[in-house]
Amino acid sequence: MSTTFDKVAEIIAETCDIPRENIKPESHAINDLEIDSLDFLDIAFAIDKAFGIKLPLEQWTQEVNDGKATTDQYFVLKNLCERIDELIAAKGA
Amino acid sequence: MRLEYFQMIDRFVDVNVGERVARAICTVPMQSTVFEGHFPGYPLMPGVLLIECMAQTTGWLVSALTGFTGLPALAGVKDAKIRNAVFPGDQLELEGRVIHEGSGYAIGEAKGWCKGAAICDATLTYRIVPYPSAELRAGLWEWAERINFPAREYAK
Repeated sequence: MSTTFDKVAEIIAETCDIPRENIKPESHAINDLEIDSLDFLDIAFAIDKAFGIKLPLEQWTQEVNDGKATTDQYFVLKNLCERIDELIAAKGA
Repeated sequence: MRLEYFQMIDRFVDVNVGERVARAICTVPMQSTVFEGHFPGYPLMPGVLLIECMAQTTGWLVSALTGFTGLPALAGVKDAKIRNAVFPGDQLELEGRVIHEGSGYAIGEAKGWCKGAAICDATLTYRIVPYPSAELRAGLWEWAERINFPAREYAK
């Protein structure tokens, strides 16, 4: 059974044409993988569809802009996957 | 259709926000400065303007779904197809569907027909951005009324 990270990595590889082996749990989507905001919308769409959730991008952006969170919390892939798992769990609760 | 003003839609004929679908019609004008260049002696509706027709049809629907709280800015056009030529005087039927409402963005699918034949289709990505001014948002109501879009009904 594939993990959340495996699915997310596949989505990123396919959407952004990044070799799968370059995508690690520690990778920062923006700083390391150089994914821009428009490509990240495509990734968000694919993640929303794949997991049946809605990534709260507006809330995350606001928190980063307000200095209440760092981009690492949402865009380092292992952290992103944790957020996804939380959203999946909240949906099932 | 007022090409020079990028007001592509003449009238919405069906808006079903619950079903995430809107349909509109427009007639390509007989005269336009656009046709002086595209092309001299052979006036042809530019394909990019057919994409704009689809983008506006779906964009109004996105606006309604967001309660007119933000401007749907066209951010991506995928799998766009222009299947045949469209000429001055042709009437277009357009259909826009919203297939996904994300946080701060939306994905739509749009199609156009001319004389019953499929003429264009595309998948469209919109970013929902804050209105740059209150005046712009306020101006939408008159525009919506002119093209028969029930904007006030959905405005938050």
